[in-house]
Amino acid sequence: MQCIVLIKQVPDTKNITAKAMRDDGTVNRAALPAIFNPDDLCALELALRVRDQYGGSVRVISMGPLRALEILRDALSRGADEAVLLSDKRFAAADTLATSYSLSEAVKKIGNYDLIFCGRQAIDGDTAQVGPQVAEKLNIPQATYAQEIWKENGKVFVRREVEGGYEVLALKTPALITVTGGYVLPRPRSARRTIRFRNVTAKPEIEARWKKENPDMPAEELDKKVEAEASRCKQAGLLIDVWSVDDIGADIKRTGLVGSPTRVWRVENVTLHTGESKKIEPTEDGIHALVEELIHDHVLG
Amino acid sequence: MTPSQEIWVFAEQENGELKSVALELLGRARELADELGVEVGALLLGSDVLDLSRTLTNYGADKVYLADHPELKQYRTLPYAKVIDRTVQAHHPQIVLFGATMIGRDLAPRIASQLVTGLTADCTDLQIGNYLDPFTGVDHQNLLYQIRPAFGGNVIATIVAPNHRPQMATVREGVMKTPETTTGRVAKIVKAPAEFTDAELAVEIIEHYRKPKSVDLRAARIIVSGGAGVGGKEGFDLIRELAHVIGGEVGASRAAVDAGYIGKDHQVGQTGTTVRPVLYIACGISGAVQHRVGMQESAKIIAINLDSDAPIFSVAHYSIVGDLYKVVPLMIQAYKNK
Repeated sequence: MQCIVLIKQVPDTKNITAKAMRDDGTVNRAALPAIFNPDDLCALELALRVRDQYGGSVRVISMGPLRALEILRDALSRGADEAVLLSDKRFAAADTLATSYSLSEAVKKIGNYDLIFCGRQAIDGDTAQVGPQVAEKLNIPQATYAQEIWKENGKVFVRREVEGGYEVLALKTPALITVTGGYVLPRPRSARRTIRFRNVTAKPEIEARWKKENPDMPAEELDKKVEAEASRCKQAGLLIDVWSVDDIGADIKRTGLVGSPTRVWRVENVTLHTGESKKIEPTEDGIHALVEELIHDHVLG
Repeated sequence: MTPSQEIWVFAEQENGELKSVALELLGRARELADELGVEVGALLLGSDVLDLSRTLTNYGADKVYLADHPELKQYRTLPYAKVIDRTVQAHHPQIVLFGATMIGRDLAPRIASQLVTGLTADCTDLQIGNYLDPFTGVDHQNLLYQIRPAFGGNVIATIVAPNHRPQMATVREGVMKTPETTTGRVAKIVKAPAEFTDAELAVEIIEHYRKPKSVDLRAARIIVSGGAGVGGKEGFDLIRELAHVIGGEVGASRAAVDAGYIGKDHQVGQTGTTVRPVLYIACGISGAVQHRVGMQESAKIIAINLDSDAPIFSVAHYSIVGDLYKVVPLMIQAYKNK
């Protein structure tokens, strides 16, 4: 089974500390630690299990700034076979429609796949839309909220969460699966692979380093050095490909902000109503009076 | 053909029973449609579901787009998406709304992608308003404001889709009021096309299991909720006792659910159920914003917490700084002695 996993690096919105808050009470996204989206880790785990059990390969794709190489390294350390980063200013500020378009074009470029895995949703947006939208763009069936997956007689079976229970779907490949976190435990990074992929890099990183270390080197020479190092890394299996809009042949009218039908018009901080709050003493008299008041107001029967 | 400008609601049903969120959405759709002077359409898909069109009419639909077909008996993504995609393309509604249920969130993104239009997930409010596009300078009149919490519930964002139709959103269950029913309304039934290719029917449902629902927080008049401060599984016995005595349901914060004190069915908040009971009693809940957004619409809120700085007190009508293990038994006693 040839598997592709779509993963995202997200700000850790679940652990917002005082450090990440501005004086006006808004969240400073840049100050939050960036993490591997939790549901995506479980998607990767399911893909690795499928490969380990039925053979094949696992390739991971992420879209984001160069910093997202961190989670691709992480995925390689956990057992992924190959990683690709989509990184280009023209991908940025995309809503789910534009994101799913760009990701589906990258998947098409890779081509040979049986299963695509995504996390159910990312914790920074909680939309759960990109998975189904990638499936639609590729014109393949989807199984969302997956908990478990297995293969029998050439068909893929997915156990998925439904409201108040579960159902089992039988699908033919290719298909797209979105995975709900919490049902599988992601394997840890292997020590051997972590050491091996510690130095995995990407061409823009190599270039930035050469520029920084040799500020006076002529551009032509610098390019040659960068090319040479990139090709050495590639041969050693230590290079993550970084694809631009042009590399995947995407239509720039459909990527990034330009390709996004939705606009964030206004963002307000959550100010929960305070209203008037009555202080009740935690004593017999205090509680008694409260219960009486509630009965009087017909709140309690 | 000219766009119908209608506002549509996906009338989600299972086993011939409409989801409460479908009715909640009809209520809001009716208000928005009246503001815009347009009609409300309900999209009803299923097998032998014609009877439900009466209910949809009573709750505010002017038209019911009905696709009645054996293959639509149980929800499957592809056949449902096909019907809705075709129906939208034939009638051009300006807005299509779905409940943010597991089905709605599986279905709506697929359709939005097919229609190449925007979709906002998990809205908690919808309004009509204008939008001045800062890029083009075009002043768009009467857009749908799609209002939702973002970024882990720390901000509320208003989203618009100025240049694409229909404007689509999924809306969280329980945040909008179920409207009053009106009898004597008559709706037009419009047949929606239901024809499928083999590929669209290829996904098979092998097994479908639902455990009987143990708790219905949305319908509860009174909810007694426990948080991390309850301290353990046994502690919830006390929460249950209070709920039982005053005729309420038992709720919980995510912290209590994650700690294994109680099942996820009981979870109130952004990732659980949004509730608006007459009375909400928060016991040992600190009140993370994700919890507060799921219960702050309750008519009366009592918060019991040892920490006088707990954020839960910011939404409480009655604040009790104290030990829930003392306060809750006092409440039970006071109520029994009333």
